[in-house]
Amino acid sequence: MSPSDVFVFTWRALSRHGLRTVLSLIGVAIGVTAVILLTALGEGARRYVIDQFASIGSNLLIVIPGKVETTGGVPGVGGAPNDLTLADAEAIERRISAARLVAPVAAGTETVAFGARDREVALIGSTAVFAEVRELSMARGRFLPDDDARRGSAVAVLGRTVADELFPDRNPLGEVVRIGAWRFRVIGVLASQGTQLGVDVDDVVIVPVATAMRMLNRTSLFRVMVSVAPGADLELVEDHLIELLAERHDEEDVTVLTQDSVVGAITGILDVLNLAVAAIAAISLAVAGIGILNVMLVSVSERTAEVGLLKALGAGRRQILAVFLVEATLLSTAGGLVGLGLGYALSLVMVQLFPALPASPPPWAVAAALGLAIAVGGLFGLLPARRAARLEPVDALRSGG
Amino acid sequence: MIRLEGIGRTFDLGGRPVHALVDVDETIAEGEHVAIMGPSGSGKSTLLNVLGCLDRPSAGSYYLEEREVATLSESELDVVRRHRIGFVFQSFHLVGRLSAVENVELPMVFADVPRRHRRRRALDALEEVDLSRRADHRPDQLSGGERQRVALARATVMRPAILLADEPTGNLDSKSGRQVLDLLDRLNDDGLTLVVVTHDPNVARRADRLIVLVDGRIAKRMPADEIHSLDELFSVQTEKSEEPAS
Repeated sequence: MSPSDVFVFTWRALSRHGLRTVLSLIGVAIGVTAVILLTALGEGARRYVIDQFASIGSNLLIVIPGKVETTGGVPGVGGAPNDLTLADAEAIERRISAARLVAPVAAGTETVAFGARDREVALIGSTAVFAEVRELSMARGRFLPDDDARRGSAVAVLGRTVADELFPDRNPLGEVVRIGAWRFRVIGVLASQGTQLGVDVDDVVIVPVATAMRMLNRTSLFRVMVSVAPGADLELVEDHLIELLAERHDEEDVTVLTQDSVVGAITGILDVLNLAVAAIAAISLAVAGIGILNVMLVSVSERTAEVGLLKALGAGRRQILAVFLVEATLLSTAGGLVGLGLGYALSLVMVQLFPALPASPPPWAVAAALGLAIAVGGLFGLLPARRAARLEPVDALRSGG
Repeated sequence: MIRLEGIGRTFDLGGRPVHALVDVDETIAEGEHVAIMGPSGSGKSTLLNVLGCLDRPSAGSYYLEEREVATLSESELDVVRRHRIGFVFQSFHLVGRLSAVENVELPMVFADVPRRHRRRRALDALEEVDLSRRADHRPDQLSGGERQRVALARATVMRPAILLADEPTGNLDSKSGRQVLDLLDRLNDDGLTLVVVTHDPNVARRADRLIVLVDGRIAKRMPADEIHSLDELFSVQTEKSEEPAS
């Protein structure tokens, strides 16, 4: 009995019981759909996060004061870290040639007011290069002046939302706003930037870094952003940076983040989560397998006489086994394919409904779901197929008599 | 062609042994036409199944074409059934979802006859039972007689040495039955060895000789033309079957 003979014979058997075939197929289809849809969602979430972090820029190093220990150790032991200072930022710029742009950043929250209107905003202190490092563009006026970082003049650049809220009906350029107890001249308004790393960049006020540190009464920078020259070895620069700051601080007390390290850590977590969700969805495939088992057992007992006849006509055990095994596998494969189509269709709908979440099933999940569906058919088809193959032709024929 | 020596077949029915066949000796020559009669439960079907290698005897030796069946493996028996033995059943046992010609093709599917030869051979076989017009009909579109003729075509398409028929006319009206019996006679005339199990003396009368089974034993052997009436046979059977079952 050639494989194509087995296939044709099986196909005829399945197509005769259309409804039953379709019903048992639905179980597998739902299982596969669940796996595909859930992993598509997980993948969507992963991509969303990656997109967010991609806005960091792949050639950016972020220096944060304090050492983030990932290798264990007792928290709190080792004392408070040294300040990350403007002098450190200057040293980085001076001593590390691959550091193309160095933007010291101070950050805090302040109330900004103009006339009777005020607004709680994120206050960012930085230098002129910050605009380039963060790829900010201007709607009006200009960004911070390119002068000594330590000077700290009283000028401010407003985020788009801040400008719209404080100056609903006039041009903010040249106006004086109050930030906390300080007065600033507005020299520029940022173009709308949207959200970066969860911060609404439209709802910020940017002032010179020295000014910000005085206002916030801080001695340490929030972080230093270092844009590395294209083509430079990021890891090498990172090592130099840590070395330099360790030398200046007499200990290694800073953390350097890159886009890769952040994305790597987060996707690592999401991957595990995604796998867990897929595994849970896969349980539904096992349930679908029980459905196939049931249908195949019914099929075998219904066709007892037929099995007897086939044996009388010279069919061997292996041929009978093959017929029923292929039947079960065909069922689950068809269900798997239907589920695949359904899963893809639903994830497309998801993308239409939530464009921010680029849900698309990862190839490994598609392969695994389909493979598992087929395996489930084979596995749960084995018992009924063996039962059929072991039927004594005499008993089998008599039952149909 | 067929030699049975002390064949016994014992079934285990809920822990109690049931002797379906006891010490059966018989020889059937090539080209013979033998009828087997006997009351229900006398072991006729069991004997037919043993002859057809669907069932193995629990005692004795069965030689088919000089080979002892007990020495053959399961897969060797499959090959024997495929090529040497044809079956015809009372309830036809056609596969309902397949057309007449596809039913006839089935044995060739299992015997790995190349696909291109199958259809032609199946149509030839249907031609022989005068059903080529009905080749594409499904069994439920055929009359009982036509179904049994399809089954006959299927049983003979592999050119077997022996045809085993279990009540071949049991479900047919007399006209269709006659047609089927005529066909069986013709096949026998062409040299096919024929073993027919029946209740019907008119069927048995067409055979060369008759074996009467009672309680798993051969109770009587006689030339078929000596069968005169049902009563005569029944007298044998009634008398014997009044004995308590072993």
